[in-house]
Amino acid sequence: MELNKSIFFQRYNLTIADIETYLSEALSRGGDYTDLYFEYRINHSIVLEEQIIKSATKSLSLGVGVRVISGEKTGYAYSDDLNRENVIKAARTAAFIANASSQGGKIGVPAPLDQERNLYPIHVFPAELEIAQKIALLQEADRAARVFDSRIKQVQASYADETKHVLIVTSEGNAVWDLQPLVRLNVMCIAEEGGRRQSGYQGGGGRQGLDIFAGDLDPKAIARESARQAILQLGAVDAPAGPMEVVLGPGWPGILLHEAIGHGLEADFNRKKTSAFAGLVGQKVASELCTVVDDGTIPFRRGSLNMDDEGNPTHQTVLIEKGILRGYLQDRLSSKLMKLPLTGNGRRQSYDHIPIPRMTNTFMMAGDSAPEDIIKSVKKGLYAVQFGGGQVDITSGKFVFSASEAYLIDDGHITAPVKGATLIGDGPTVLRRVTAVGSDLKLDHGIGICGKDGQTIPVGVGLPTIKIREITVGGTEK
Amino acid sequence: MSDLQTTARDVIERAKKDGATAADVLIREDDSFSVTVRMGEVETLKQAISRSLMLRVFVGKRTAASHTSDLTPSVLQGLVDETVEMARLTSEDDSAGLSEHAVYRNGFPDLQLIDPSWEAVTPAERIDFAMRSEAAALSADKSITNSEGASFDYARTQVALANTLGFNGSYQASSAGLYCVPIAQSSEGMQRDHWMSAARHRNRMESPEDIGRKAAQRALRRLGARKIPTAEVPIVFDPLTARSLLGHLFEAISGSAIYRRSSFLIDQIGQKVAAENITVVDDALMPAGLGSSPFDDEGVPTRVTPIIEDGVLRNYLHTAYTARKLGSQPTGNGSRTAAGAVTIGPTNFYLKPGKYMPDEIIRSIKRGLYVVELIGFGVNTVTGDYSRGAVGIWVENGEFVHPVQEVTIAGNLREMFDNIEMVGSDLTFLGSIAAPTLKIGKMVISGE
Repeated sequence: MELNKSIFFQRYNLTIADIETYLSEALSRGGDYTDLYFEYRINHSIVLEEQIIKSATKSLSLGVGVRVISGEKTGYAYSDDLNRENVIKAARTAAFIANASSQGGKIGVPAPLDQERNLYPIHVFPAELEIAQKIALLQEADRAARVFDSRIKQVQASYADETKHVLIVTSEGNAVWDLQPLVRLNVMCIAEEGGRRQSGYQGGGGRQGLDIFAGDLDPKAIARESARQAILQLGAVDAPAGPMEVVLGPGWPGILLHEAIGHGLEADFNRKKTSAFAGLVGQKVASELCTVVDDGTIPFRRGSLNMDDEGNPTHQTVLIEKGILRGYLQDRLSSKLMKLPLTGNGRRQSYDHIPIPRMTNTFMMAGDSAPEDIIKSVKKGLYAVQFGGGQVDITSGKFVFSASEAYLIDDGHITAPVKGATLIGDGPTVLRRVTAVGSDLKLDHGIGICGKDGQTIPVGVGLPTIKIREITVGGTEK
Repeated sequence: MSDLQTTARDVIERAKKDGATAADVLIREDDSFSVTVRMGEVETLKQAISRSLMLRVFVGKRTAASHTSDLTPSVLQGLVDETVEMARLTSEDDSAGLSEHAVYRNGFPDLQLIDPSWEAVTPAERIDFAMRSEAAALSADKSITNSEGASFDYARTQVALANTLGFNGSYQASSAGLYCVPIAQSSEGMQRDHWMSAARHRNRMESPEDIGRKAAQRALRRLGARKIPTAEVPIVFDPLTARSLLGHLFEAISGSAIYRRSSFLIDQIGQKVAAENITVVDDALMPAGLGSSPFDDEGVPTRVTPIIEDGVLRNYLHTAYTARKLGSQPTGNGSRTAAGAVTIGPTNFYLKPGKYMPDEIIRSIKRGLYVVELIGFGVNTVTGDYSRGAVGIWVENGEFVHPVQEVTIAGNLREMFDNIEMVGSDLTFLGSIAAPTLKIGKMVISGE
């Protein structure tokens, strides 16, 4: 991966001399560290609704972000183009944060890191394909949803792809670039019957070519799943209110981990001691059945990256090992200040944002229990298999996640589907109440979006079937 | 004509040359500054001028849209060509097209969107706003032991819009926000909360010290919060949380949700959908309002649209597209997505204040919950089903008793709006959607 093969050198005539100038300007007021984040991103989207292709869009984003760190302080500025004068201006603006006397001097650009690993080796990027091929996927999905049940009255199917070129150069000698694909298909259905209306939602995607849309992610399969959920909800009863035993199905319900512990283990919150998990490394925070990891290295996954947005390779990081809290998710700043190793979790939405510690793919390792035995073991409880979003207050540790498909369990049997309800719990205690972990670990279908400090990024989650002794279910049926 | 307007005009001409039968383009330029301070030190300082161009083209009844942050002429030309090409590949849609109202007129109202006095504020003073606010929070009480920081943001924005109907207009706006997040600690754990102020004009901002002190009080009153038993009781929403209810209402009355039949308020114009004391408007013409603008993002003149009057639903909000779909008129609520397409956005969307002081509302509660924060996404605008995590203060016999956490509140939005028994006099604008304190007769709290 030679630098001059990156699009910024090839198309935008960036040179090593330019980079050296920008790095020196950025450190001209005496900062400790600087990095340049060049980004060129192309997004396409197509929307099908009311059985026609309503719209197609294309978006181009080009820019460079300059960060200067001085102690715990960060200066940041960016330019919307690669015009030399504008980037120098951004570098000087970012440098403003450092107030030491000017050190000046020339900064050399190092040889690029050898990056053999490619977690998204694809032959044809979705962005390069004819729009007709993408439209065909949406039409397949639309037909499959409508054929599924005549009560499906509306189908909205959308396709989106992204191609992101990134080049990162740091004053410490790292110079790396990456080309990151991302594709996604979503289907939303509205079912109507006798004046009642309900919606269903399903999607899938990853860092792969259009061949990802097969098997579980076949557009027809995604559409049928969306339609099935909408129809199911037509017959849903009010959800229960109060604490109860809850079984979470495999896959996407892993959003539990993302909210209950993932955010709370992001290093910035722990360095500042604003997280309910601060200072708990080495302590028991979960039942010994729980081993939780964040892994940015799984090929083709939505949350995976060859390198994070500070140019460091992603890792598999063990967060909880058999119930014991092992570590945090680090970006460069927190890792330096906490004197702990980097984990490759410094991520940002785009060149106009500062990198901060974020998750990649967060999941719990499989256990020994057979999923059906877990359900059978519940006398009275809730079985939740699909979720909408979640949120956490990392300071109090309280988190929520909202079930969109759930059933009552009565004497070991799954019975009536219930309406959507929010589950609420306490991060540091909920994993201590895990009393069974299934053998059926599944990762989600590649639809996760995580928001923090006004920045959204793609992430993944995963979970085997698990049983939680008690969590509060926020329905209306007392 | 500004640079942005000249670029906009060039893009429109290029689209016509490529065969577009209609097009509109919006260009935004933001000159923005933001600072975060924490524990008395500057943590991050960010400054930049950024531009983005959003183009929509029509070829007959077919449409496509695009966006770019790179305004280099050769890039723009290529993107215009590609956008017109993409439009040819979409389906014919009878409702597609520019609004016939999107015609430039002289005498767009001066909505006082810009306060020139901001320009005299130096970066050091801007940093100081955040410093003063956090310092006031940290010194408010010895239990305020930590902070997530305080931030000050300021942006000056210029918007230019042109279309093939000859529209070529622009406006400028300033906006600022000051936000403070202290953390309180007791033997039972940590609690954070925040307070903020946001305005276009400097003299409408609360003082940094007031923001810090209020934020501290909000965090302090949450110390020792606990779960409560499951119960069906009256719920009072403070203006911050009441504002989120208005956000759900906005989703439900937007024309796109209506034609998709994905709202609990379809086919309800002229019907009673809320208690009689409820009046909601979308007012784009409010002087200096955070949601005010002279024209919307597709060139339609903005206006005041009554949404609910004395409990009766009067209007849905529309873009040119949703208005055509539903045989109505556009309401000036067109808003551009990041990708350049047009969607529906609120202007100043708020619930009119009522006659009750907030403490009168609390005094009317025998047993109930005063909600100060809501988390999660458990709201279904198709059915109105509502279930969210809540933090609040338990009220008994008209008095605050103790803080509450780790509970949910649940109900149905339709019934909740019908059950609003008291409306506070304390309408608070912290953004373009706003509400006063609201009391809802009963909802289910799920707790122990």
